[in-house]
Amino acid sequence: MLAYTAGRLALFVPMVVGIVVVTFVIMQLLPGDTAIILLGEDATPQMLAETRAALGLDKPWYVRLGTYFADLARGDLGRSAFLNESVANIIAPRLWATLELALVALLISVVLGMVLGVAAALWRGTLVDTFAMLFAQIGVSMPVFWLGILLMLLLAVNLGWLPAIGRGEPLSSAFGMALAGNPGPLLDSLAHLAMPALTLGLNSAAVISRLVRSAMLETLNQDFIRTAHAKGLLVGRVILVHGLRNALLPIVSVIGLRFGALLGGAVLTENIFGWPGLGQLAVSAMSQRDIPLIQGVVLCFALLFALVNLIVDLAYTVIDPRVRLD
Amino acid sequence: MPKALSENLSLYVGAAIVTTIVAFAVLSPFLSPYDVETMDMPNRFAWPSPEHWLGTDNFGRDLWTRMAEGARISVLIAVSSVAIAVVVGTLIGLIAGYFGGWTDLLIMRVVDIFLGFPPIILALAIIAALGPGALNLILALSAVFWTEYARVVRAVTLAQREIDYVAAARAIGASPVRILLIEILPNVIGPVIVLATLGLGTAIIAESGLSFLGFGVQPPTPTWGWTLAYGTRYLRTEPWLSIVSGLAIMITVLGFNLFGDGLRDKLDPRGVARRVRRNAT
Repeated sequence: MLAYTAGRLALFVPMVVGIVVVTFVIMQLLPGDTAIILLGEDATPQMLAETRAALGLDKPWYVRLGTYFADLARGDLGRSAFLNESVANIIAPRLWATLELALVALLISVVLGMVLGVAAALWRGTLVDTFAMLFAQIGVSMPVFWLGILLMLLLAVNLGWLPAIGRGEPLSSAFGMALAGNPGPLLDSLAHLAMPALTLGLNSAAVISRLVRSAMLETLNQDFIRTAHAKGLLVGRVILVHGLRNALLPIVSVIGLRFGALLGGAVLTENIFGWPGLGQLAVSAMSQRDIPLIQGVVLCFALLFALVNLIVDLAYTVIDPRVRLD
Repeated sequence: MPKALSENLSLYVGAAIVTTIVAFAVLSPFLSPYDVETMDMPNRFAWPSPEHWLGTDNFGRDLWTRMAEGARISVLIAVSSVAIAVVVGTLIGLIAGYFGGWTDLLIMRVVDIFLGFPPIILALAIIAALGPGALNLILALSAVFWTEYARVVRAVTLAQREIDYVAAARAIGASPVRILLIEILPNVIGPVIVLATLGLGTAIIAESGLSFLGFGVQPPTPTWGWTLAYGTRYLRTEPWLSIVSGLAIMITVLGFNLFGDGLRDKLDPRGVARRVRRNAT
């Protein structure tokens, strides 16, 4: 298990380096001259040359790549040309907003997906199964941005139950205020979070429910389940402890993959619901061609994604000690 | 219902939906009396009627005609990007799986790096770099999709190359190119077809998502995603525009998904495609 962990960590380093290089290469392809963007079209050639020299843009690409790595190592992501602020400072609060949205969506999708999947497996071939799999098929085919707009139309525009856009207090500080006897901000935060998180989570819930169903069906057919029943264990215990635990490996792996999908879906969801996260930032930075900011956001997404996959792979060993590197 | 039919229900329903959408896209210009761009302001936001089967949009343009144009763009972009991804991914997967060793290691690390980006972020970054437009959109989507095929084909090839028929081909002096394309390729094609069909659904969602954000084929081209996006400006009073375009996307994706699920039972009963597939949306 130690060897597996070490091996998996050793794979992580070249991957991060690769991600940084790919991000750098894509940004080199971006049209537009940062110096012109900063100074405007009517800048004199001398001013442009000075700005380029100050930004290091006159150096060859390998020097700039080296500088980029060195800056990253110090946590310096550069400065946004438009917002005139350090990219790291712009990204940080938005990273938390996206994580909050994605984690709540993940929670919704795991709970909903597990319940539907286990129910469909236990009552295989009944109406429960049909309903759950119909939900799954529609959920998989439903574009996240359409679902978001339908929910907004129903719950915000027509019924007026939930706020259509924006974010309340961050959940962590809202929890603190609720504990201090002021539940208002927490309710407000949850009201703002409900629609985006549900929108984002439903698609993953559908994927997870299908997988849980087939993993459970496979496990419930195995000999050790019959043995557990024969030993006279409670049915609930057999299903949850013996069945679900052994069905868990593919489920954990898909949850990791879904987190990546959730980050991608967050780009769309955040733009529908005006959620001030990384996805919204990514789209506005790209529309403005704010190159340092795009670079920072893309890198942030990729590192987050890589980190989640690493955690998922390491979690395997805890759930199933038989796992090895292939 | 006869057993054979109910077992393959998703295959037939999926095929029917896909055929309908393609027919809608191809035939509509010949059947519809309206032009995609002709405006008719007095008739804006008209309800569906015998004249306008799906009603009209915010400029009084016939929505049926525009949805058909959107279908043509979505299907064309999805098919082209998946086709490029299939060809590139399959070739790379064959090479990695057959030669193994350093070749395999190097290729798989590159695949890992591509998989290290959330798909939509990679596509957005590429489009930001290359500029919007149909061709760049296709390139960006293929850059996202090829890894899936490379992984699946590599996995199958790894298993196939150990089987006797490959050793026999080698013994009679067949070249690696011949072994890969004539001997091994037919054995990996089943899972690839299944993946590609499901991938078309994913591609439609990705294309319309990017169009929704304004990074797809640019207006005035009536893509489904962009129609949905500008429809939200009238959500309070005229939600029809967003509802219809979203429904078009969902039905099409549902069609490809059902068709792919049905094909999987036929072509890939061991579920190779499902095990290796990474869901791309």
